[in-house]
Amino acid sequence: MVGGMAHAATIQVGTSYPVKSIKQALEKAADGDTIRVHGGTYREGNIAIHKSVALMGVDNPVIDGEKEHEQFSVFVPYVTINGFTVIASGKSSIRDIAAIKVYDTHHATIENNILDDNFFGIYIQSSKQCTIRNNKLTAYGETEQLTGNGIHSWKSDSLYIAGNTIVGHRDGVYLEFVTHTEVRDNQALDNRRYGLHFMFSHQNGYYHNTFSRNGAGVAVMYTKQVRMENNTFSENWGDAAYGLLLKDITDSHIEHNVFSRNTTGILMEGSNRVQIQRNQFEGNGWALKMQSSCMDNELTQNNFVQNTFDLATNGSLKLNRFIRNYWDKYEGYDLNKDREGDVPYRPVSLFSMVVEKYPMAMLLFRSFMVTLLDRTERVVPSLIPEDLKDDAPMMKPVAL
Amino acid sequence: MNKIIKYVIADLLRSRAILVYAVVLFVLAGSVFSIEDNADKGVVSLLNIILFVVPLVSIIFSTVYLYNSAEFIELLVSQPLKRKTIWLSIFTGLAGTMALAFLIGVGIPIVLYSFTPSGMILLLCGTILSVVFVSVAMWAAVRIRDKAKGIGLSILLWLYFALLFDALVLFILFQFSDYPIENGMIAVSMLNPIDISRILILLQVDLSAMMGYTGAIFRNFFGTGWGMAITALVLLLWVAVPAWFSTRFFERRDL
Repeated sequence: MVGGMAHAATIQVGTSYPVKSIKQALEKAADGDTIRVHGGTYREGNIAIHKSVALMGVDNPVIDGEKEHEQFSVFVPYVTINGFTVIASGKSSIRDIAAIKVYDTHHATIENNILDDNFFGIYIQSSKQCTIRNNKLTAYGETEQLTGNGIHSWKSDSLYIAGNTIVGHRDGVYLEFVTHTEVRDNQALDNRRYGLHFMFSHQNGYYHNTFSRNGAGVAVMYTKQVRMENNTFSENWGDAAYGLLLKDITDSHIEHNVFSRNTTGILMEGSNRVQIQRNQFEGNGWALKMQSSCMDNELTQNNFVQNTFDLATNGSLKLNRFIRNYWDKYEGYDLNKDREGDVPYRPVSLFSMVVEKYPMAMLLFRSFMVTLLDRTERVVPSLIPEDLKDDAPMMKPVAL
Repeated sequence: MNKIIKYVIADLLRSRAILVYAVVLFVLAGSVFSIEDNADKGVVSLLNIILFVVPLVSIIFSTVYLYNSAEFIELLVSQPLKRKTIWLSIFTGLAGTMALAFLIGVGIPIVLYSFTPSGMILLLCGTILSVVFVSVAMWAAVRIRDKAKGIGLSILLWLYFALLFDALVLFILFQFSDYPIENGMIAVSMLNPIDISRILILLQVDLSAMMGYTGAIFRNFFGTGWGMAITALVLLLWVAVPAWFSTRFFERRDL
């Protein structure tokens, strides 16, 4: 690669240059060349890249797929696609047509592109060491079936996905069998289904992303050793919407995230050994729903503020640990002034258990009857799981 | 008619109890809003107080007032006046004063601290509740001649609407949870003006919790124009029906 760069040529493409089309330029180019594509609209069908070149867009060249084609297909390593506006890919329910698709290779770099009205946006298939950075993806599918995923990756390794904005796709970022990947500073907003969706994607990290107003929030499944830090999960509202759905997630860390105004902040199912630390749960319907299939999870130093229910469960959660969290509903006292409450806090209220079993009971939310029952139950727990408690609740919110 | 209403209102204001009621509400609402930094949270805290205090005071105070003015009512009946006019004038005077006291006591803090849709709905519901429970008190007082028994009945009625009804609803929920009872439950909630008010206000405030499964059902009903129209109609019925029954009974009663 370095040797190639030394005598790399630059080919200019545009209406005022001898080379008029990108396909022509690709025929002329050798490995390591740079192709500079100047402003204008290019309708060239499918542009298949079989040479290790850098495609650089100058003045926003528009690549139009005319609702029929896959605009860019990358088959070789060390390809860069930078600065293009890629619009109107084909749509198909048989083939996954994407605006930019990378097939079985490595070191592809896709950055600073604007992708508009495509089926899939950027599709990485069986590839390694690819960078997807600072792209803007927008789709307008009416239903989940009519639109593909924004950044879709399958069976890949060591990707770097950063600074992208994904709006209106099916899933914002979708990863399946993708390992050692970093997903950072992305915004997934108003996507039809999930903002982030991954399965069997071990040892990945998600940092400083924002997932807002997605149809069903974020769903992550069947994965080990995930790190999720400093992300924002917000405004995911609806019957089946979660800030974050954890299904069979093990040995993972969820730290310094903000969960605000979701129907359910986190829903955990079959998840073990997850550390949930220093997160902010604010204004959610349910801050945390933990099914009894979860064990050995540890929740410490989280803030629970203005949630309708702090915790709901269908079991006793005996095997999980809640300690040193701040609960705004805590009414205990701190005589020895160590900033930890002297009486334990029970985050599950009787009413939240009733609602879990009989959703219609929500009809009685905040009625005296219910308040009375909750109070009595909190003083003398008989129906709520007795061991489910925070033994050292914080008196003041934890500084995050 | 206007003369009687004027007299009733003047009489009520002279008794000072109404004044105390308004001041207590004012202090309560004012302190709730100055403690809570979030206006919507203030509305929720106030909601509990209002749903508890307003019906209680309205029903008890009205019942006591009616028994105490039994002689005055007898005097009026001896005059060439229609009984219906007398009774409805007393009702209007009582309801107007209770609603006024509520509007002053709670309205001023709400306008000052929480001039939002949720605040307005709270104010509206509180006013309607005042009138509804005056109407229920009229019915209780006219049915029972004995003062102690009458006051006992109105306390029981309040207890029923504030507590027992919800326990009953919970019981029905548990018993029939296997059946599709969603719409039925909304219909059942219409049988209690306190529940209607609570749900209406919570739909404005506790949005995130109400967005779940049940919330969707509530919004499908209460959120639509038809739902709102039906709710308003039901609340009006809660004012009109007890008032109508009590008037009918008063017209025929042997004083």
